[in-house]
Amino acid sequence: MRIIEGEEIYKLVKKLIEDANFDLPLSILNALKRAKEEEENPNAKIVLDILIKNAEIAKEKRIPICQDCGMVIIFLEKGEEVCIKGPLEEYLKKAVREAYLENFLRSSVVKDPLLRENTNDNTPPIIHWEIMPGDKIKISVMIKGFGSENASTVKMLNPTLEKEEIVREVINHVKEYGPNACPPLIIGLGIGGTMEKAIYLSKKAIFRDLYERNKKPHLRELEEEILDKVNSLNIGPGGLGGKTTALDVRIEDYPTHIAGLPLAINLQCCAIRFKEIEI
Amino acid sequence: MRKIELPLKEDDILSLKVGEWVELSGPCYSARDSAHKRIFEALEKGERLPINLKGSTIYYMGPTPTPPGRVIGSCGPTTSKRMDPFTPRFLSFGVKGFIGKGKRGKEVREAIEKFKGIYFVTIGGAGAYLSEKIKDMKLVAYEDLGPEAIYYLELYRFPVMVAIDSYGEDFFNK
Repeated sequence: MRIIEGEEIYKLVKKLIEDANFDLPLSILNALKRAKEEEENPNAKIVLDILIKNAEIAKEKRIPICQDCGMVIIFLEKGEEVCIKGPLEEYLKKAVREAYLENFLRSSVVKDPLLRENTNDNTPPIIHWEIMPGDKIKISVMIKGFGSENASTVKMLNPTLEKEEIVREVINHVKEYGPNACPPLIIGLGIGGTMEKAIYLSKKAIFRDLYERNKKPHLRELEEEILDKVNSLNIGPGGLGGKTTALDVRIEDYPTHIAGLPLAINLQCCAIRFKEIEI
Repeated sequence: MRKIELPLKEDDILSLKVGEWVELSGPCYSARDSAHKRIFEALEKGERLPINLKGSTIYYMGPTPTPPGRVIGSCGPTTSKRMDPFTPRFLSFGVKGFIGKGKRGKEVREAIEKFKGIYFVTIGGAGAYLSEKIKDMKLVAYEDLGPEAIYYLELYRFPVMVAIDSYGEDFFNK
């Protein structure tokens, strides 16, 4: 059995949080640059130009990419043959606390959803566990702002729906909520499973590589169809028009019940902040 | 891009049309969810407000903490729609301009037309870029709200687009 010290996980997570907040993934920056070249809408060009400059300023001057430094979501995929020593939840909280306080990141978390007193250190994070074969640990950190989180949803659809109706559900949702969610978006769709499984999949979809398609041909086609239709809505960057409403659409699926067809729609904003590492 | 000075003058407001990009320079206040709620409660009770609403411009924004050597941290707009329930009342008390992001409701559009106000959008997810467009920042009220406190801000060539003009024309509802 491989043993990893909890302290090592804390150090890695802290670094991932810091990097995510200041450093837009290169693939996304390049996609914004490409979109700027391809856009004909003048508003879209202005917005994309500013978003590109924003990423450069954030990295160079260490100003957070977005003032909404979000809630921290930590995905841990732990191998069956590895053991973590120490109070892991405490280590993860410590990583969040120190990363936020030492780097002038905004604390946006309130202790109680009704009483709404700020915890002042952005703790606690949201932690998800998965078990996988082997002796590795994969740690993925996502910083999710609530402009786009508020624009995300889950729908429990009728299992006899035709494919076209699923497409329509997504398009109608993006039409209504897309302009407020800071496009260009990445749209993560979780289809199947149970309600919470669908939502989980729609979040994990964001970690996929840009333009990496689902391996199932019918889902790959669905991703491409939705991407085309979303980009014909003329929502565009910042919601101000253009053909770059979404950079990508990703579907993650799971077996589901005969009576159900859960569909989670996760709108990821243009301030795509995630980092991952495998040890 | 046309340059507009804050506080907004009536002539400028009337001349600005939906879809037009302008650069704003001059004083405004930040206020978002909790600050709106507090101002609203104070108005209801007839208490004195910490800021003079008359003629002012409000920016829906809660910044990151200011790092040493800088004026302000990351400071992009938050979603305006959440402030919709408060906006008509703010207009009736003399607020002229609002800066945020995204669509507004029908009541806001009608109140903007009625009181001859204006709603600008700036760019969500561009907080680092926009931090270079603010020359001065001072805490004004509700310090206990942290990022949701009210700050005095001095904008300098701050890029915005007119999303609802004083004639009630709405970019998102054409």
